[in-house]
Amino acid sequence: MSEKFDAIVVGAGPAGNAAAIVMARAGMNVLLLERGEYPGSKNVMGAILYSNALEKIIPDFRESAPLERHIVEQRVWMLSEKGHVGGSFRSDEFNVEKPDRYAIIRVAFDRWFSNKAKEAGALLICDTVAKSLLQDDQGRVIGVKTDREGGDIYADVVVLADGVNSMLARQAGFRAELDPANTALVAKEMHFLPPDVIQSRFNIGEKDGVAIEMVGSLTKGKIGMGFLYTNKESIALGIGCMVGDFQEGGLTPYGLIDDLKAHPSIKPLLAGSEVKEYSAHLIPEGGYKAVPKIFGDGWVLVGDSAGLVNSIHREGSNMAMTSGRLAAETIRTLKAEGKPFSAANLSAYRKALDETYVIKDLKKYEGMPGFLHGNRQIFSLYPELMAGAAATMLKVDGVDKKTKEREIFKTFRQSRGLFGLLGDAIKFARAFR
Amino acid sequence: MSKVEEKLFQNRYLVDEHHPHIAIKHPDRTRGDEALLQCTFCCPAGCYTKTEEGDIELTTDGCVECGTCRIICQGKDNLIWEYPRGGFGVSFKFG
Repeated sequence: MSEKFDAIVVGAGPAGNAAAIVMARAGMNVLLLERGEYPGSKNVMGAILYSNALEKIIPDFRESAPLERHIVEQRVWMLSEKGHVGGSFRSDEFNVEKPDRYAIIRVAFDRWFSNKAKEAGALLICDTVAKSLLQDDQGRVIGVKTDREGGDIYADVVVLADGVNSMLARQAGFRAELDPANTALVAKEMHFLPPDVIQSRFNIGEKDGVAIEMVGSLTKGKIGMGFLYTNKESIALGIGCMVGDFQEGGLTPYGLIDDLKAHPSIKPLLAGSEVKEYSAHLIPEGGYKAVPKIFGDGWVLVGDSAGLVNSIHREGSNMAMTSGRLAAETIRTLKAEGKPFSAANLSAYRKALDETYVIKDLKKYEGMPGFLHGNRQIFSLYPELMAGAAATMLKVDGVDKKTKEREIFKTFRQSRGLFGLLGDAIKFARAFR
Repeated sequence: MSKVEEKLFQNRYLVDEHHPHIAIKHPDRTRGDEALLQCTFCCPAGCYTKTEEGDIELTTDGCVECGTCRIICQGKDNLIWEYPRGGFGVSFKFG
């Protein structure tokens, strides 16, 4: 493989496939490298797909993409030890011709997406690890070294879509190592059930789906979240905490998921299911401040390798697709104008990304990682207090409601103090501002 | 069989026999290594175990390639971490 390509894309996930498609469509000679035996085989996600970012690349994706169910109801639960208090938003407004979000199975989706890249003309090669970047004596990236025999491959530009660990970018010194305090480790199980059982348990039609996000006792006082998404004939259940919290001890990823499965609010939803896969994955949750320099001489970073994740709104794959597309559009334009892929020229990618929801949203929540570390009570105390308040208020036991209100307020004040409560409210509002 | 092993049993792996992709750099110096000890409870696949003598041992067969041990051990010079050779390792069916 001594051939030279216009562009090499490392990693056939959402970011890499998006970039490969856009460049291949422009007539560029694109190599898409994947280390797994098929695209998706190394990839893990919840998974909720947002339509908008994909529509900008494949407008009619609904006709061929492997979509599981479109989400018609979103629930947010605060779990206490014995139950949960929650809110849900369900609306017929979600039942439109072109829904904006779907539950998907990542492996199937990535396979489909990379087939689209192949159709556009990109060359997909699996079973191949990009071991390092090839650089010239000026430090310019000129290709990748693979683990195949004689595996040096050259290109004018390399798109690093190699995921959260981004070994290539780190080895080359293009970005700092992940901070354990702001990197989530999520464990996930796939529970299989007949479609009609899922539909009756969640009160949904055969194409409809439910997404449940959970905070509270499930993460044992640590920063973290759980999720449950309905697929056609499976339920994805996952839970994640920061690696830095796991390091303190007392928790294991598999222990957390086992406890979540046994929780009285979750157990009946999974009853009788067959687990067919257990996976785990890291999520870069450092936000805006952790986004590294995403372009240089002959290279760009896209998706997770650029740390583009909005953990508050569980968005990541959409940002991956948008960043992959914008990087590719920048490259396409430079190619058409006959300009070199220098850092100065590729900086147009960052400028384009700054103008989108990707950087704007990350900037909006830039204080969030710090806020969460300083305010762990959000994940432990409040769900317990809320569940207690609901139990007190809803119990019909001859005690008048005014007295109950006083009791509830007393428990809140005792556990957090008046200033604590007020402070939390203000800080929370500020972090979201 | 421990609980995590039962979970991993559901997964599909193509094990690269005799070529573990992660290795403890100094197997004779694992006792008292805080980072490696953390790996025994942080690794989601339970690949790291502590022996009765207090040594940390690593078996990568069930590895899901998340990178947790890699970031825990960063800068500690105690771990050699690479991806499995192309096509080897875990192959998720659903992901």
